[in-house]
Amino acid sequence: MSLLTIIGLLPLIISILIIAIPNKNIGLIKKVTFAGTTIIAIISILLAIGFDKSDTSLQYVQSNVWIPTFNINYSVGIDGISLVLILLSTILVPIVVLATWHESDSGRWSVKVFYVLILVLETMMIGVFAATDLFLFYVFFEAMLIPIYFLIGGYGSGNKSAAAVKFLLYSLFGGLLMLASIIGIYVISGNQIGATFDLAQLATLEIDNQTENFLFLGFFIAFAIKAPLWPFHTWLPDAAKAATPGTSVLLLGVLDKVGTYGMIRFCIQLFPDASKTFTPLIITLAVISIIYGAFMAIGQKDIKGLIAFTSISHFGFITMGIFAMTSQGMSGANLYMVNHGFSTAALFLIAGWMMMRRGSSTISDFGGLQRVTPVMAWTFFIAGMSSLALPGLSSFVSEFLVLVGTYTRYPVAAIIGTLGIILAALYILIPVQKILHGPTTPGNENLTDLNLREKIAIAPVILVIVLMGFYPKPVLDLINPTSEQVVTNAGFSDPVAKVGK
Amino acid sequence: MLTAPSLGYSLLAPILIVLAGAVIGVLVEAFVGKARRTAIQVTLSIGVLLLSLQQLWRIKDLSSTTAAVSSVTIDKAGIFLQTTIILLALAAVLLIADQDNFVAQASALPGSDEERAALQNKSQQTEIFPLFLFAVAGMMLFPVATDLITLFVALEVFSLPLYLLAGLARRRRLLSQESALKYFLLGAYASAFFLFGAAFLYGYAGTISLVGISAAAGSANDVFLLIGIVFVSVGLLFKISAVPFHSWTPDVYQGAPTPITAFMAACTKVAAFGAILRIFYVGFAESQTIWRPIITTIAIITMLFGSIVAIAQRDVKRMLAYSSIAHAGFLLSGVIALNKDGLAASLFYLFAYGFATLAAFGIIALIRDSSGEVSDLNRWVGLGKKSPLTAAAFSFLLLSFAGIPLTSGFVGKFAIFSAAYKSGNISLVVVGVLASAIAAFFYIRVIIMMFFTDPANDSVSVVIPSVKSKISISASVLISIVLGIAPSLLLTTAANFANFIK
Repeated sequence: MSLLTIIGLLPLIISILIIAIPNKNIGLIKKVTFAGTTIIAIISILLAIGFDKSDTSLQYVQSNVWIPTFNINYSVGIDGISLVLILLSTILVPIVVLATWHESDSGRWSVKVFYVLILVLETMMIGVFAATDLFLFYVFFEAMLIPIYFLIGGYGSGNKSAAAVKFLLYSLFGGLLMLASIIGIYVISGNQIGATFDLAQLATLEIDNQTENFLFLGFFIAFAIKAPLWPFHTWLPDAAKAATPGTSVLLLGVLDKVGTYGMIRFCIQLFPDASKTFTPLIITLAVISIIYGAFMAIGQKDIKGLIAFTSISHFGFITMGIFAMTSQGMSGANLYMVNHGFSTAALFLIAGWMMMRRGSSTISDFGGLQRVTPVMAWTFFIAGMSSLALPGLSSFVSEFLVLVGTYTRYPVAAIIGTLGIILAALYILIPVQKILHGPTTPGNENLTDLNLREKIAIAPVILVIVLMGFYPKPVLDLINPTSEQVVTNAGFSDPVAKVGK
Repeated sequence: MLTAPSLGYSLLAPILIVLAGAVIGVLVEAFVGKARRTAIQVTLSIGVLLLSLQQLWRIKDLSSTTAAVSSVTIDKAGIFLQTTIILLALAAVLLIADQDNFVAQASALPGSDEERAALQNKSQQTEIFPLFLFAVAGMMLFPVATDLITLFVALEVFSLPLYLLAGLARRRRLLSQESALKYFLLGAYASAFFLFGAAFLYGYAGTISLVGISAAAGSANDVFLLIGIVFVSVGLLFKISAVPFHSWTPDVYQGAPTPITAFMAACTKVAAFGAILRIFYVGFAESQTIWRPIITTIAIITMLFGSIVAIAQRDVKRMLAYSSIAHAGFLLSGVIALNKDGLAASLFYLFAYGFATLAAFGIIALIRDSSGEVSDLNRWVGLGKKSPLTAAAFSFLLLSFAGIPLTSGFVGKFAIFSAAYKSGNISLVVVGVLASAIAAFFYIRVIIMMFFTDPANDSVSVVIPSVKSKISISASVLISIVLGIAPSLLLTTAANFANFIK
């Protein structure tokens, strides 16, 4: 059994342990979950250490027959891209558990159900990035919706059940379109090389142009909904506003990455020609997302809504980087996925603490937190600066790579995209100023600063943001070879010589 | 000098055993005292079904396949379908035997003194069991009949008891009787259409056997063949409630006693689809250019209509009725595929869908207030809080209907759509996934009502089921779960049994 399978199964095993703990023993449930997910995070770091960076083929592979009738296998394996995303997932989960210790206390259901859902979700997140069998991927991709649906609907606030449904229906719709495409490519493989779901074999198929375009669209729309790209984004702000901060971190930080990951892994690798055909359209959508998300973020009165729209803008950057089809763009997009995961996590968690203390999520209710709660204010400030890609913080490196990579092929898109950075300064700095600086407004005088648990939870996130800003090399070393390979396999070469790393 | 035809008793035994059980059941009604009837009838029904199952097991590898002068063909697919029907009937009979769902005295007018007296005596009509067995026998004969007359006889044998059973609800009797009458009248029309079509096919081919009709394709004026196929199809499409022959479905599903609805929804679908598959795969395969466009159109309309209209339903039984219409559309894709994969996929789908439906209606029968069963969805709010396990099981079944991965419904859908795609019917696949997306909406709405809404004052509660219901429902749910996670066992079997002898 591959280490990958073990990591994927561990959350499930822990969830069974938790089910065995009596309902009222809330403290123990939380402690077991935290300890368990921390162990998983440590094992996944070992996984990364054991990963051979110079080897671009899949590692930690395992394949077992699952449904022989359709030649469906339980096949897993990782390359650099999937490895960093698995790391992102497994590291964020214990942080979320620790940071949102009391989030589940007042939910519709018990605390136990909350952590079981989180753990099941973790298994699916690992599975979705590790799967190398298209059918297996689809199963994780769709089944993942159910725990998150219950997490939003059962533990969220405000108009939670409507938001949960909207999220689920959008995702299901996309998923079913993808199912049609999956069936299509499966049947085509049956006609050409013998029916298979193996990704490497599917990539070798010769598909006629028209069919390929339709199949591509089935996949792309599903991923664009997930990512989310304008105009498929409308579920995200509602879901982010309704979900608890912890759920939002997992939703925006990890789950939405499945969309952009899918674009790289499936859209480009399975349908290189169709990807070429649709690139201009997709780049346009990505640029619209960047600008639209930024403008909407400027107009937000609600902190959660603000973070959601900044994410739409950032996903625009990621998509642009992917479809620029240059190795810098691809690497940048991949790095961006990781950085966005951490900076969004920081923003949501700290915003969550602020909202919990103040009892409001409206930006104008806050003011002058810097004096009252300096630690919370500083961490929020750093997270905000990372989100606007300040040099020296992690997002800057990835945003820069994306823009450079895009500029060599689509200069206009890159230039318009750069506007997004300027707008980012607006949408981050204005709220930061309102919330943190100036005189302390009424209602904020007695807020308490971060306690030890919260400090411990947020410290690693801030550390990653700063470290990755100065020294992104370890992650880039994992990402770069795979990124280059993706671009080369899709039949592209860089228009200009590579910039030095 | 006439020689007696060889009937092939061992092949017919599974059907004959059930028929014999039904006849004995009638005698029990005549000669056994009221107090002991229920117990005897239940034991008899279960025993007969088990015996029949055992007989099916014995003949599963037999090489001789035709019986009763070639009017019945017990081939691999036939055995699979018969086994499915028996297993579903076993689960259904436990539901039927469980609660006081049936009328105290069918002959008493609703609301009359006579009825009140019968209710006070706690009596319950026990003729349901022989009627049920007759229906099961007809259903077992339907998918293995290979000539038009036998098909017609089988159709009537299982339809007539169902018309009666639908009218025997204990509560809301007028609604139940109205639905039974509707079902009967429309069913009679549909049967007449079938017979009319059969006459045309006989006129065209000069034979009533499916193989003969297949062989005669193209030998005469195709208009007669077309008329024959269309009219025969009307009769069959009525039974599977394909649009535009569906209008009875919601009324009957709602009006009939819920265990009977469960039985009908699961077993009738298997039997009727079994027959349709055989007729189209064996009898009409040669003339596919004539009927394929028609059936494709019907399948598309059925999928879309069922999914869209279900959204507007406020009654859970009506909602599942429209959902079953949509599923008929999905299943028709397997008929249109007309390849071995399509047959195997349909067999799997019927098995999986049958158990999910049975379990769903079984659960509906448990959800009550003081005056009886409540199928109004607005009163289901907060059920997840009151009885989480029941609500979770029902949610799982809904997700299976919706085709979410890791449920049996998803595997079935995948199998059937990939067979349709393989046969070149890509439009069916696209419409199918769109219809699934629409359908997801109303399945999920029920989950919201149960889990995300607080219980109101007049909310319903779950009665504690008896052991029989418990066994039936939990076995059916378990089958749905297992088929979702490890479908290969049944898929392989279905693929091995996907074979019609032509």
